Amino acid sequence: MKTTRPPLSLATAAVVGVAFLLLPLAALLDRTPWHALPRLLTSTSALTALRLSIECSLGALALSLAVGVPLAWLLARVEFPGKSLLRAAVTLPLVLPPVVGGVALLLAFGRNGVVPLSLSFTTWGAILAEAFVALPFLVLAVEGALLAVDERYDDVAATLGSNTTRTFFRVTLPLVLPALAAGSALAWARALGEFGATITFAGNLPGSTQTLPLDVYLTLQDNPDAAIALSTLLLALSLMVLVAMRSRWRLTR
Amino acid sequence: MKRRAIAVALLLALGSAGCSGESKPRRTITVFAAASLTDAFTAEAAAYEKQSGVHVRFSFAGSQDLVAQLNQGAPADAVATADTATLGKLTVKLAGASATFARNRLVIVTAPGNPKHIETPADLTRRGIVVVLAEPSVPAGKYATQALQAADVTVHPRSLEDNVRGVLTKVELGEADAGIVYVTDAKAAGAKVGAVALPTSPIATYPAAALDASGQGFVDFLISVAGQRILAQHGFLPPQ
Repeated sequence: MKTTRPPLSLATAAVVGVAFLLLPLAALLDRTPWHALPRLLTSTSALTALRLSIECSLGALALSLAVGVPLAWLLARVEFPGKSLLRAAVTLPLVLPPVVGGVALLLAFGRNGVVPLSLSFTTWGAILAEAFVALPFLVLAVEGALLAVDERYDDVAATLGSNTTRTFFRVTLPLVLPALAAGSALAWARALGEFGATITFAGNLPGSTQTLPLDVYLTLQDNPDAAIALSTLLLALSLMVLVAMRSRWRLTR
Repeated sequence: MKRRAIAVALLLALGSAGCSGESKPRRTITVFAAASLTDAFTAEAAAYEKQSGVHVRFSFAGSQDLVAQLNQGAPADAVATADTATLGKLTVKLAGASATFARNRLVIVTAPGNPKHIETPADLTRRGIVVVLAEPSVPAGKYATQALQAADVTVHPRSLEDNVRGVLTKVELGEADAGIVYVTDAKAAGAKVGAVALPTSPIATYPAAALDASGQGFVDFLISVAGQRILAQHGFLPPQ
């Protein structure tokens, strides 16, 4: 890559951009009550929210994997009418305000929903809300990788007598494993941070639907220190995902 | 390139100039108000604007949320909460003494026609009855807890909403069979909910306080005859 001296105005704007992104996080770390952190993060309410968040985000990831990988394969490998429309629909939750997703989920799967599963106010509801916003991350990552993989591998496997399902699991999937891991990490992180759809659809009850982001929001109203401590925890988890993805990204190079 | 940099600098300078304080009475004021005041205050604002020419814009939320925001430096000219304890947590300076402008009671809301036959607080503990309350840090949640304790029942709510209107919405949508809200909320919802008396309800007291001179006019209007008439129309009890 050629090194160019950036023009001053561009460089200044870029520095402002970096400061804009990092300053709030630095402020969060600056205001974190480090000495009280062990106590604040091991309080019963924090541990309850943490456990629930881990369960729900992993549940959402499992759900996303179960339906997202086949969906990505369909988008990458099968030609059918209306495919671009389907791809747009799958991407929609990515740009849709999460609270709108929550309202939609309520009308779809609430007690009076189109499919009256009565999932509002249940942990399954929280998992569903998280999966709704996380799924596109997984689908897009895996679909992109599938499109980049040479389809002739599949053809060769077929000529060697492997059926389509076997080829998918033994040939195609291993080839896109790095992308699958990266997509999973992104989807998991998005699920972990989900707020709007969860509080709208699943409600807020400690131990059953009050995940960490909801706990942060509500705790900020009466115990800012505890809310800051929980925020720092979520920031640390997000950074871990980035670090994990970076090494994954290197492997594919 | 240089010209663009100058333009950016100019814009920044303009932006900071626009932020500098003005001291003359404002034509638009901001009032932070408890969620249960949504309908009554919207009517109050229309009447106040007609009388004084001052436009009022609101931020409605749970009282505890409003006080937390004000303590973090949110700009407002006046604040009205659904209990005195929450207003007491305000750490910013008030422009004058707070004034109680209304009182309220709680009620159980159900689906229209009360199909699950919820008649007493004890019915809220029945199996299969989905109850939603406000968070205990929300005044409405605190009052509801007191009412249920006084009725000697233990309710296991399915969700704790962060303001009382969230409770009302969940019942209106049919996601919950019952919730505890203010009498005024049930009145605002009209035919969309049914209301069952909650005899053990404590009396909720609503104080308002001005945070600057511009907000005092609105607070004074609330306790004026005209302001009190509007609150009464929305089902609020007089301050004393």
